[in-house]
Amino acid sequence: MSLQIISIILGSLTIASALMVVLSKHPIRSVIFLVVTFFFISSLYILMNAQFLAIVNIIVYAGAIMVLFLFVLMLLNLNKSAEPESSILVKFSSLIAAGGLFLVLIAALKDSILLSKTYIPNNEAIGTVEGLGNLLFSKYVVPFEVSSILFIAAMVGAVLLAKREKQIID
Amino acid sequence: MTTNLNNIGTSLDFFVVVAIALFVIGAFGVLTRKNMIVLLMCIELMLNSVNLLLVTFSKYHGAADPQVFVFFIVVVAAAEATVGLSILIMAYRNRKSIDIELFNKLKD
Repeated sequence: MSLQIISIILGSLTIASALMVVLSKHPIRSVIFLVVTFFFISSLYILMNAQFLAIVNIIVYAGAIMVLFLFVLMLLNLNKSAEPESSILVKFSSLIAAGGLFLVLIAALKDSILLSKTYIPNNEAIGTVEGLGNLLFSKYVVPFEVSSILFIAAMVGAVLLAKREKQIID
Repeated sequence: MTTNLNNIGTSLDFFVVVAIALFVIGAFGVLTRKNMIVLLMCIELMLNSVNLLLVTFSKYHGAADPQVFVFFIVVVAAAEATVGLSILIMAYRNRKSIDIELFNKLKD
């Protein structure tokens, strides 16, 4: 009973803070609300007994990626007057498109799966560090290594892109 | 949905609905906002909704494999954010603005 109330509150707070990311005018406020959204998503992970992913989500997303976003935002020094505004027609049509997408996805998933099964908290140990680590280093060891190559490529690409080109003196 | 209102919070399709709502909010943000940083943040939001859906299905099937996929998605999202932000910095150097309406040189 109390678990239902907790999950309903957390889910609606997740959706509300995600809406605030999109609707707030100032980009820094969007970043802050996105961090709040990630914390709420981590709480949903904990409700579904995936503790390792909850911690990884907080460390990687709220800790690393969002700090990178905030750093770029403060580096570019964007004031509020530079923020462009889309027209009311674009807003209205994209609202209709997004609502249509929501309706189609809900209708497609309505009676296909997940009909009556409810989850029982703390019944399995699949979300722990031990379970995921065993799987990651036995069955999925090749994708794990390939992802390190991806990281090196992304790092080299970021350095190469952000490097200032040699100025031509004339 | 056939679940009655008594177990709407504890049934797994509640999390599916939350994930779909997050994805739709991200898509709406991509369609309406014109700031490139906010666009990248909306893409991160959509990636996170997919992560939530994968964790829900992992819980449903009792398997740990989708959580490993979530781990890989987090890795790819970090790489994507790095490259996207460096592209953004380079675009800002050229145009002194990050309005996406200004970057339409490939169109003509």
